Amino acid sequence: MEPKFAKGGKLEKWHPVFESFATLAFTPAIVTKKGSHIRDGVDLKRTMITVIIAMIPCLLFGIYNTGHWEMVAESGNRGLDFWSDGGAKFIAGLIVVLPMIVVSYGVGLTIEFIFGIMRGHSLHEGFLVSGMLIPLVMPADCPLWMIGVATAFAVIIGKEVFGGTGMNIVNVALTARAFLFFAYPTSMSGDKVWMAGQEANVDGFTGSTALGDLATFVSDKPVFENLDAYTNHYSLADSFFGMIPGSIGETSTLMCLIGAAILIISGVGSLRIIASFFAGGLIMGLILNGISGNAFFDLPAHYHLVIGGFAFGAVFMATDPVTAAQTAQGKIIYGLLGGIMAILIRVLNPAYPEGVMLAILFMNIMAPIIDHYVIQGNIKRRLKRLKTA
Amino acid sequence: MLLNMSKTIKLRKGLDIRLVGEAEKVLVELPMPATVSLKPSDFHRLTPKMVVKVGDHVNAGSVVFCDKYNEQVKFVSPVSGTIKDVVRGDKRRILEVVITTDGNQVFVEHGPKNVAELSGDEIKETMLANGLFAFVKQRPLDVVADPAQTPKSIFVSAFDSAPLAADLDFMLHGHGADFQAGLNALAKLTTGKVHLNVNGKAGVDEIFAKATNVQINTIVGKHPAGNVGPQIHHIDPVNKGEFVWSVNAQDVAIIGRFFNTGKFDAHKIVALTGSESIHPKYFKTVIGANVASILKDNVKQDGDVRVVSGNALTGDKIEADGHLGFYHNQLTLLPEGNELKFVLTKGWMGPGLDKFSNNRLMLSTWLGGKKRYRMDTNTNGEERAFVMTGELERVFPFDILPMQLVKAAITNDIDGMENLGIYEVAPEDFALCEYVCTTKVNIQDEIRRGLDIIAEECM
Repeated sequence: MEPKFAKGGKLEKWHPVFESFATLAFTPAIVTKKGSHIRDGVDLKRTMITVIIAMIPCLLFGIYNTGHWEMVAESGNRGLDFWSDGGAKFIAGLIVVLPMIVVSYGVGLTIEFIFGIMRGHSLHEGFLVSGMLIPLVMPADCPLWMIGVATAFAVIIGKEVFGGTGMNIVNVALTARAFLFFAYPTSMSGDKVWMAGQEANVDGFTGSTALGDLATFVSDKPVFENLDAYTNHYSLADSFFGMIPGSIGETSTLMCLIGAAILIISGVGSLRIIASFFAGGLIMGLILNGISGNAFFDLPAHYHLVIGGFAFGAVFMATDPVTAAQTAQGKIIYGLLGGIMAILIRVLNPAYPEGVMLAILFMNIMAPIIDHYVIQGNIKRRLKRLKTA
Repeated sequence: MLLNMSKTIKLRKGLDIRLVGEAEKVLVELPMPATVSLKPSDFHRLTPKMVVKVGDHVNAGSVVFCDKYNEQVKFVSPVSGTIKDVVRGDKRRILEVVITTDGNQVFVEHGPKNVAELSGDEIKETMLANGLFAFVKQRPLDVVADPAQTPKSIFVSAFDSAPLAADLDFMLHGHGADFQAGLNALAKLTTGKVHLNVNGKAGVDEIFAKATNVQINTIVGKHPAGNVGPQIHHIDPVNKGEFVWSVNAQDVAIIGRFFNTGKFDAHKIVALTGSESIHPKYFKTVIGANVASILKDNVKQDGDVRVVSGNALTGDKIEADGHLGFYHNQLTLLPEGNELKFVLTKGWMGPGLDKFSNNRLMLSTWLGGKKRYRMDTNTNGEERAFVMTGELERVFPFDILPMQLVKAAITNDIDGMENLGIYEVAPEDFALCEYVCTTKVNIQDEIRRGLDIIAEECM
């Protein structure tokens, strides 16, 4: 079959497509030609499949959670027991989430294949991870066509224009989310999008999230009278385990931490970035607790780590090695500033209940500057040695 | 009163690659090989000017070619015999000068010289005229040293930490007189010191421990601890405008032998290593020897074998009847990895128990210990962009940012390379980075190109 795709063959133009599938099944018989005769067994495919495995806990819990809140929305009863009707909930969640995944991978991979054919190289593995991340950061009720448009935008403008895998400046999955957030804001925030099937809901029912309700503290009509009422409703345990509404994959901090453990133990995700991101968020939360202004400021700092997309962003988005800082010291500064900004945007900016996405995108753009100063430090040490030599 | 300035350097980064096929400490003396060759490609940036032609007779120590742009630097024949062939490649570049040995080892006789009585300039001229300067390499650029420059120090590494590397203690044991004479000669070539760097993790032979006229430093760490690169970086780093020279330990003995006997006696011990060798052991032969006699009956026949002159990280691929590289004291036999690897067994979703790795995604890394691996020459993945970060830094024991320097070299960024430390490095320092890198980019080649650009534009 290969000769048809090789140079001169009938299907020569499609060789990148053939090669992409062939290399999924077999590592090619290419031997080293220059330099070291032996090479380590790790390659980008092995790295990327590990990230996907790390996301599976979030995915599975997210599917179940989506099914649960869909049933809540249909019945209008927010007190529905989480663990009842498990099988039906999982199926219901699958019906919502699976099409999103199919659309995300379908649109993204098609575009990447087209670029691969134009450039003459096989599929590079970056989108295997982004394709899974995109559905996980979308609200459950997001229309499929929006996911398709957002994926196309993110892959073309966010990645391929810069040269493809390894060349992008901003995180691809977050670019998709940000695109939808700014292009179709009413579909991305508020209290009608987080639970599937809300059109059929009962009067007076709101599908709001923890962050959504928290943000109302700075408005005229807070949902809860005071902070205690809020923390009673959204208990720390519920938020940590993830039994709250939100984007599909982000709710369970526990699942994110399992993913973090997989990434750190395997060496694929940077412990520096994850730890400093959490630390930065905690620090900002404590500072705000100290300043104290309204209930939003007073929310205990550790709460910020478990509600919203903070944990998911810290583990899966901030750690993207291409867009994060690339020097060791730079990663710590990058993580700290990212965590600080995420909580800052959340609490101080009424227009954005969730600050993690914007904080990470901002830090992606700032990462080269952070690296620049680390590199300058290295260069200055060398120059100083030259002067004293 | 002389202060003892010796340093102990502990390197925290690096990687010892455990391969199958370490040479047993048994020495076999071989008769003179049928042919011997000098390859100008062993001397990077050298344009050779032939002094003899095909059919001419030479003795051991006769000049064969010199540096076209610096004719005082001569390269001599290691054996007596006849020039058989001058192999040329693209644009008539000389690739190899092949010499048929005549069985007798007739030397060009100079008479022994007492190093103590000679001045630095006299020693330098003697070495240049008799082909001994070819053993001296310089940083920056990692090329044959420029005799017009004076180095601020000279480095000799007393151990080799590369995969399956030959044991220098075993090879030089008993050659103390020659080795010391060589050190004394080198000491007069520099205004600074000769640094002799010994292995802190193993016992050291007395010829190193009792060497005089040098500063003995102890290096503790994994490979590349035995390379002069990290040693120079931590003891006497090279700044722009400065020069540091280095000589391989066995070559120091050849230099010393010349001063002690007046003859260019280029015999050296070579280790046959690698998983595809049946009885890996040591052989006594000569510089540039044809390897057929070393490999005879000693190569496994199940599959294609790659013969590497040198070690698996930095060596050159040669034919089974090719010749040893000028600086090499090791042959590595590796299985060619020219077969497809199924994804779930040996491919990218396999458990990874069959390969040595520095990456925790491979199960073999978790086993640790002393297990040795049979690595083939497969790239284990296609070339990709730089995605993962932090990989190269783990095996690069320099205060230099490896990925940024490699990127500067790839993009021909001269200022970037200068600022990031190109004057200190050689391609061999990046061999481990190339080994571990997920991108499969030929990093050593990119650094060599970068060094060439610096040589053209800045020096």
